[in-house]
Amino acid sequence: MTDTSSTDRAPVVPPTSEPPPALPETPRATRVSRRRMIGLIGGAAAVGGAAGAGITYAATPGASAGAASAGQAVAFFGDHQAGIATPAQDRLHFAAFDIGPTATRADLVALLTAWTNAAARMTAGLDVGTGAVAGNPAVPPDDTGEAFGLAPSRLTLTVGFGPGLFTDADGRDRFGLAGARPPQLAELPAFRGDALDPARSGGDLCVQACADDPQVAVHAIRNLARIARGTASVRYSQLGFGRTSSTSTTQATSRNLMGFKDGTANLKAEDTVGLDAHVWVGAGEGPAWMTGGSYLVTRRIRMVIEPWDSTSLTEQERVIGRSKGSGAPLGAANEFDPLDLQAQDASGRPVIDAKAHVRLAHPSTNRGATLLRRGYSFVDGTDELGRLDAGLFFMAYQRDPRTQFVTIQTTLAGKFNDALNEYIQHVGSGVFACPPGVAPGGHWGQALFG
Amino acid sequence: MRSAHLRAATVLGPLVVTALLAAGCSSSAATAPAGDGSIAVDAGDSTCGVAQTVIAAGRHTFTITNTASQVTEVYVYAAGDRVVGEVENVGPSTTRTLIVDLPAGDYQVACKPGMIGNGNRTALTVTGTPAPTGTADQNLQAAVDSYRAYVETEAQALLDTTTTLATTITSGDLAAARQAYPTARLHYERIEPIAESFGDLDPLIDMRIDDAGPGTPFVGFHAVEQILFQKNTLDGAAPLADALVANVGKLDALVKTVQLTPLVMGNGAKSLLDEVAKSKVTGEEERYSRIDLVDFAGNVDGAKHVFTALRPALQANNSQLPTTLDQRFTALVELLGTHQAKPGAPGFVPGSPYVSYDALTPADVKALAVEVDALSEPLGQISGAVTGR
Repeated sequence: MTDTSSTDRAPVVPPTSEPPPALPETPRATRVSRRRMIGLIGGAAAVGGAAGAGITYAATPGASAGAASAGQAVAFFGDHQAGIATPAQDRLHFAAFDIGPTATRADLVALLTAWTNAAARMTAGLDVGTGAVAGNPAVPPDDTGEAFGLAPSRLTLTVGFGPGLFTDADGRDRFGLAGARPPQLAELPAFRGDALDPARSGGDLCVQACADDPQVAVHAIRNLARIARGTASVRYSQLGFGRTSSTSTTQATSRNLMGFKDGTANLKAEDTVGLDAHVWVGAGEGPAWMTGGSYLVTRRIRMVIEPWDSTSLTEQERVIGRSKGSGAPLGAANEFDPLDLQAQDASGRPVIDAKAHVRLAHPSTNRGATLLRRGYSFVDGTDELGRLDAGLFFMAYQRDPRTQFVTIQTTLAGKFNDALNEYIQHVGSGVFACPPGVAPGGHWGQALFG
Repeated sequence: MRSAHLRAATVLGPLVVTALLAAGCSSSAATAPAGDGSIAVDAGDSTCGVAQTVIAAGRHTFTITNTASQVTEVYVYAAGDRVVGEVENVGPSTTRTLIVDLPAGDYQVACKPGMIGNGNRTALTVTGTPAPTGTADQNLQAAVDSYRAYVETEAQALLDTTTTLATTITSGDLAAARQAYPTARLHYERIEPIAESFGDLDPLIDMRIDDAGPGTPFVGFHAVEQILFQKNTLDGAAPLADALVANVGKLDALVKTVQLTPLVMGNGAKSLLDEVAKSKVTGEEERYSRIDLVDFAGNVDGAKHVFTALRPALQANNSQLPTTLDQRFTALVELLGTHQAKPGAPGFVPGSPYVSYDALTPADVKALAVEVDALSEPLGQISGAVTGR
């Protein structure tokens, strides 16, 4: 995951002698690799194959976690899961799953194994199982087909385990995992002003699919959800676009739907010291199976768009604490200038308002708490009032939500605090333990299930 | 000269509500009153009788008797519904006095039983010396003075009606307490942005249960509302109501110190509409009593008062904005008016002139939201227009 070398994409597999299936010609080189893999691997990666029958991939030699450019593959295997420190892709499809009432521990292991096999293929730009068209025509294709011919698009698939995997809503230890539940994976407390919809909150499992092509991300979730049928079902899912955080120094800071640059002060992939300090779970921090993993907090944050749009620029900048144009902190000239939280204007008032979002979210206001934010904007059409159902699908990775997200959100939440609360509302929430990365031949969460 | 008028008027006593002329530094107020007798106003359920409808410019005293079946309020409007005088919260069968300085012009006296809507109106013609056209600064100062009078009047009415609420609770009359609740809310919602400017006082008065947490008990109007309307009891309400009266009393004292500027007013009006958009039209605010439309009307009243007070300044700076705001305020107020309810009607809530939020159809709510958003856009232009930016 720390390999940031950038190389031109190498062929995923050696060319075969098999004539390519009849496909329309396209200049996209990656299409070739995708369809050639169909022939090479064939049914070996059959969906839901024997538990533990990990398939070793010699593939993706050109994949890199760091500076992969659009269209390339990001390495699936590694010490850490991809999709966390990976430079943020443009698109998101996030899904939370409920484990079915009859599922067993063996079913879970089989599911995670099948998911891992499918994910390794899809992130490499390959299709699932025997593919979309190469299998037995008398049965439904293994792969749903809509990514056929598309580039890998830097697809990453990142899995997390919700509290319900360890202890269900009735307090039962369904899978013999209660003793392995990390203390960091505590349910989030209720925050002031929360208006959480249970149907858009929680989840026993989650998959974050990020890609530069939305169809590739949707394809991945769709196929993983299909594989899960009978064991787990989608509780809710969220599409996102316009990454609202830059997670690499090579990325420009993008704007959220309020029109402000978002993520200026975010942790960056190149900052390995910062990642170790704030993101990756270290040895001895809770159960060993989480070492090298990270905790994910998701919040569906609805923006009250229409009143915001008719608010003056001065007020918008007061609420955020930054200049809307440059992204510079108020009172500073450039985006990456440090916040001066002590600065006062001529009349003695703070230049950055006492309730400005940047002040209250700043590490210095939160005992140093820092997050790796990886959120995306969403617009789910309009609501029953004709208003945009839009906002930020906030996602943040951290070593311990209890001292990181919870500390920050406690500072921000409620009408006493962050001025931004006038224009936003938290309507969904989730917390997940994302295990460390997968070694070739292994599967997600292997150390948890032993 | 203006501030001298304000002081002179203010010392006349607590029942005197004075609004300053918004049209600059009037000399007419220095003239003697038109007559030695006051002008009787009969504020009925569907009438607004004014004993004299053609009067000479100068200082006039109106003696208002509420002959309606519910609490009323009376406004004297100059052109464009610019408030030049008002008296709030006049109970049935009671009489109150209103003193106003009136330069020549066309006015309307509006009686508003239930304290909502456009009210019943009677035209009033004032003859003699018209007010001189004010300078830009005079227009703005007049607007600030008018708004200050409004805020102080509303804060006093809020204290009075909240005290009534507490008294009904203490006396053990649940039905009366439930009936007293909407009126107090109306006065709060009219000046909500001013209340919010006082840091932690606003949450103590207006917090929701979701705003409570460890170390932050659920208090204020909505805690009382929950007991009265959801738990349907008076048990536990009295201490909350007493604390609420104390906090509202603090607010009433603090509003006299608040620094008002045209910018504060413009932002406040916008903030009122944001409140409507976020909390009222969605039925979020009054989740136990379902009187969200009362709050809605209060927010719109407060925003409209800012607009009408600033109208002369806006007309000087931007001729189209007042026209647009007139149209959109009218559309919203009329739409809101279609949801009034009388006793016995479906959705009637005792003490509320409007139907319960639960009686609204999704289409009703959508239509209200559309009008709110339509008004919010031009309302957001006020601050820029009055500050010349």
